[in-house]
Amino acid sequence: MTAIVNERIQPALPPPPVRRRWNGTRTTGWIALAAMVSLLGGLSLYLILAWDSELVAKYAPKYWKGLQITLGLVATSLVFGAAMSLPVAMARLSPNRAVGALAYSYVYLFRGTPLLAQVFLVYYGAGEFRPELQSVGLWGFFRDPWNCAVFAFALNTAAYQAEILRGAIQSVAKGQWEAAEALGLTRLQAFRKIILPQALIVALRPYGNEIILMLKGSAIVAIITVLDLMGETRRAYSRSFDFQTYLWAAVVYLLMVETIRNIWERLEKHLTRHLRRDG
Amino acid sequence: MDEMLALLSLSDTGWGDEIVSGVGVTISLALATLPLGLLIGFFVALAKQSEEPTLRLAGNIYTTVFRGLPELLTLFLVYFGAQIGIRQLLLAMGSETTIEINSFLAGMVALGLVFSSFSSEVFLSAFRAIPRGQYEGGYAIGLSRFQTMRLIILPQLIRIALPGLSNLWMILLKDTALVSVIGLSDIIRQTGIAARVTKEAFLFFGVACLLYLALAILSSIAIGAINHWAARGDAPR
Repeated sequence: MTAIVNERIQPALPPPPVRRRWNGTRTTGWIALAAMVSLLGGLSLYLILAWDSELVAKYAPKYWKGLQITLGLVATSLVFGAAMSLPVAMARLSPNRAVGALAYSYVYLFRGTPLLAQVFLVYYGAGEFRPELQSVGLWGFFRDPWNCAVFAFALNTAAYQAEILRGAIQSVAKGQWEAAEALGLTRLQAFRKIILPQALIVALRPYGNEIILMLKGSAIVAIITVLDLMGETRRAYSRSFDFQTYLWAAVVYLLMVETIRNIWERLEKHLTRHLRRDG
Repeated sequence: MDEMLALLSLSDTGWGDEIVSGVGVTISLALATLPLGLLIGFFVALAKQSEEPTLRLAGNIYTTVFRGLPELLTLFLVYFGAQIGIRQLLLAMGSETTIEINSFLAGMVALGLVFSSFSSEVFLSAFRAIPRGQYEGGYAIGLSRFQTMRLIILPQLIRIALPGLSNLWMILLKDTALVSVIGLSDIIRQTGIAARVTKEAFLFFGVACLLYLALAILSSIAIGAINHWAARGDAPR
C-alpha cells in the first residue's frame, strides 16, 4: 500500500530564544559600560558646561591654524618618506650583501630610536654645524623648526615605509616573477606591472597604520616650538590654565584618527573587492 | 676625541654619570609600565571577546580612545588632569593644599593606558586563534572556568601573543622618551641638559640615540631567549 502525502509537513518552530540570565558577567558589563559612559559623558558635559564663547573665539582660529600645520607637516613628511623608501626597499632586497647591510642599518637606526631623539638630534644638532651649513647654503633650511621636523619625520617614516614595502614585495610569490619573465617582460616591466600592484594591496593596511602613527607622532613637534595643533594647545593652556584646551585637542585628534581609519577601511574594501569570495 | 671622552666621563666634570642615571630611569619606567599595561590589556581583551555586548562595547570604547590619542597628549591629559582632579577633590573636602603629581607615576599611567589599548588587540587576536574545543575540553574534564583559563588557555595564549607583545615592548621603550617633557630625568632629559650646558647637542643627542639602540638590541636578545623558552615544548623542526 502506498500512501501519498498530500499535505505539506509544517516545519517545526525554532526553539524559543534562551532568556539571557542575569549573571556576574552581565553585571560587570553594565558596570564597565556605566564607568566608560560616565567618564566620557562627564568630560563631554564638562566641555558643554564650561563652554566659554570668549575662550573659543580667542583660540578656535588658532587651533584651526595649528591643525593645518599638523596636516601639512604629516602630508609632506609622508610624501618625501614614500619617495625615499623606494630606493631603501630596493637596497634591502638587493642581492649585494653590502648594499643590503647598509639599508638594514639605516632602517634599524631609525626604527630603534625614539622619534623625539631624532627630532632633537636634527634640530639642536644642526645649530652646532651652523658655519658649515651656512657655507653650503643650507642654514636657512635648518634654522626653521618646521623644516627640521619634516626632515627628521621623512627620514623616520622612510625607514618604516621601506620595511612595509619590502615585506609586501617579498610576499608576492616567486612564480609571478617567473611568469613575467616567461612572457618576455623585462624586470622593470615585471616589477611595475605585475609585482607592485599585488604588493601594494598587501601593503595597504600597514600604510594606513603608518599614516595614523605619523599623525599621532607629529604632536611632538610642539616641543621644538612648532605651533601645530599640539603647540597651539600647549600655548592656550599656559595662558588660560583651562583644562578644556587639552580636552578639545583630544577631541580633534580622535576625530582625525577615526576619520582616516574609516576612509582607509573603505578604500581597502574597495580595492580588494576582487579578492573576496562572498558576493 | 679626547674632549668628547672627557665630556662623557663618569666623573664630576663629565656627563656620563648623569646619563647613566637617565638610562636607569628609562629602563625602570618601561619595566614598571609593562605589567600594568599587560594586565589591563588582558582584561580589556577578555571584555572584547565576551558574549556580553555591554562589556564588548566598553572594551571597544577604551581601545578606540587610547589608541587614537597622541601619546604626548595622553601624557598631558593624565598629568594635568590628575592634578586638577585631585585639587578639585581636596577643595570639595575643604582642604586648600595643592599636590604635585609624581611625573614617574603619571608617565607610568599614561604609557600603561596606551600600551594596554594596543596589547588588548594583540591578546584579542590570540584569543581568536585558540579553538573553542580547548575551552570545552577543559570544562569536560571538570575544570572550572578560572582553571580552564589558567591551565589551558593562558599557556597557549602567551605563545601566540609573544611576537605582537615584543613589538609593543619596543614601542614602549621608545615612548618613554616623552616623559622627559613632564620633567622626568630620563635619557633624553639628561642628555638635553648636557647638550644645553656644553653646547655639544649633536654629540649628546647622538649618544642618546645610541643608548636607545643599545636598549633595543638588549631587548631583542632577551626576547629571543623568551621565545626560545616559550617554544621549548614544540616539536623539533
